[in-house]
Amino acid sequence: MSQLASAKPVQGMAPRRTTLWHEMRRNWVAYAYIAPFFVLFAIFGAFPILYSFVLSFQQWNGISAAEWIGFENYARLLADRLFWLAMWNTVFIGIVAHIPILGGAMLLAFIINSAAIRFKHFYRSAYFLPVVTSPVAVSLVFSTLYGVRFGLINWILTEMGFSPIDWWGGSGEWIKPAIIILFIWRWLGWNMIIYLAGLQGINPELYEVAAIDGANLRQVFFRITLPLMRPIILFTLVLSTVGAMTLFDEPYLLVGVTGGTNNAGLTIAMYLYDRGFKFAHFGYASAIAYVVSAIIVAVSVLNIRFFGRSNTEA
Amino acid sequence: MASSETTSLTESRRATPVAVQRKPRWQPLLRSVIFNSVLLLGAFLSAFPFYWMFVLSTQSTQQIFSWPPQFMPGNNLIVNYENMFTIIPFWRNFANSAFVAITHTTLSLLFCSMGGYAFAMYRFPGRTWLFGLMLATMMIPWMAGIVPWFILISKWLHWINRYEALIIPGAASAFGIFWMRQYIQESIPHELLDAARIDGCHEFSIFFRIVAPLLMPAFAALGIMIFIGNWNGFLGPLLVMQEKTMYTLPVALSLLRQDPRRGFDAGVLMLGTALATLPMLIVFLMATRRFMAGLTIGAVKG
Repeated sequence: MSQLASAKPVQGMAPRRTTLWHEMRRNWVAYAYIAPFFVLFAIFGAFPILYSFVLSFQQWNGISAAEWIGFENYARLLADRLFWLAMWNTVFIGIVAHIPILGGAMLLAFIINSAAIRFKHFYRSAYFLPVVTSPVAVSLVFSTLYGVRFGLINWILTEMGFSPIDWWGGSGEWIKPAIIILFIWRWLGWNMIIYLAGLQGINPELYEVAAIDGANLRQVFFRITLPLMRPIILFTLVLSTVGAMTLFDEPYLLVGVTGGTNNAGLTIAMYLYDRGFKFAHFGYASAIAYVVSAIIVAVSVLNIRFFGRSNTEA
Repeated sequence: MASSETTSLTESRRATPVAVQRKPRWQPLLRSVIFNSVLLLGAFLSAFPFYWMFVLSTQSTQQIFSWPPQFMPGNNLIVNYENMFTIIPFWRNFANSAFVAITHTTLSLLFCSMGGYAFAMYRFPGRTWLFGLMLATMMIPWMAGIVPWFILISKWLHWINRYEALIIPGAASAFGIFWMRQYIQESIPHELLDAARIDGCHEFSIFFRIVAPLLMPAFAALGIMIFIGNWNGFLGPLLVMQEKTMYTLPVALSLLRQDPRRGFDAGVLMLGTALATLPMLIVFLMATRRFMAGLTIGAVKG
């Protein structure tokens, strides 16, 4: 019978001093249920993260003895041209890709949600297709679309009277656009579905009232839709930040681990992979991982501060 | 006061139809045309690469590298299929992917539903704190511990070329537990559990025999998400699987692209890609509604 009591009166009846321990024992089943997560996270999440921090102060190739070198990895990082280039590439690709992704997703969701559209289900499925396919597969398909001499995109361009694009050559100036186009294609639908779900959660009476008051489409969007969507925009912003800063699969497959001509497609995740697993510079790679992770967490927290204010509770 | 308010309200209501009528008739029509064409174009752009993938998988390299491009299927499917096996053991890789994804998904659903159930239904000391801690782990990017993670997998657990490395580490995801908690909170009444307890049902039986069967829709939705994520994973298997026979499909495909001995056979590559993508397309198209409903539960009700 005592198990029955998650209600407060019984808690009050228990003797004060033993309450906590008693409560814990009574709920041991709950701890058993959440144990898998915390055990697995301790082994495969928390431990590597802490150990990564230690490693970032060491020089180690995995074979010889690890050597403590203090802040040397971080000092080298600051002077590493490739690190800064990879950083710039990652941030550039992330920002330039996400403006059309988030803006376009909001616009498309708004359009699909409007009464003028039939076959909503068809559109949702179509826009979501790119998300369910593997980044490897879509990167390979896009690498044929981007073919310089026989690729479909260049064929269309020449048919329209433009000169074909040398995607991978020159000084590498088309590599980032190639990655960005693929990135937009892949993630627009996902964000659109999230926004659409948010829009459908808005009370339709608000729109009716706005229509009665004679608000036009733009006013409805900026005065009603956008403010109510703030928690959902926050959700996509945080996930986008993490996604963009850890971008790996697509550029790795499009241009290879060095990032192509002039390392124009080298992202920070690829650089980490290159240092850590191609050259086995475990300490240096850990320093990179720490710097980047700190940036990601900081940006996420900033996002929450700006967009989350009253809506952060889970 | 009250009556004057009501009259002004009804007046404004009466006024609206007039205001709507004053707008030109063609405007909604024009808007509908623009909206629909934008959506159609977008849908076409989203779907076209898949069509292109299937078309190219039936063409020979000469057909693919020809000018102008050929938009209809070719007749080289069988040859591509046979050539593919000279580079990778495709069906073995397929089986690896399937085995890893199925076991990982099953295990994940067990752990996530258990965790979600505990956070939704029990009031235990430290519950809020532990839940917050779990949510906070979602913000940590995979990068943070990737180097020691690999050292752990390879040197200490000796999981290189072993399925465990891809099945176990992510088997209890914070996202999955959070998701399950949302679902359970909304769909399982506390009274049900209390009734079972009065009947003398053990806590474990309550979950596995009474609650779990009620979670079938949640298992389907979350299961599809986990399955697709695992099937598509690349960096993990790239690090862990170092023998061709142990590759999962994404890693095997990247090898098709980069096999130095044979050069680049676009038809073979596209066939492999198409065969690897097809199961996900089928899963997705069969369960679109459920999948998208599941995806958004965490975002919207969060």
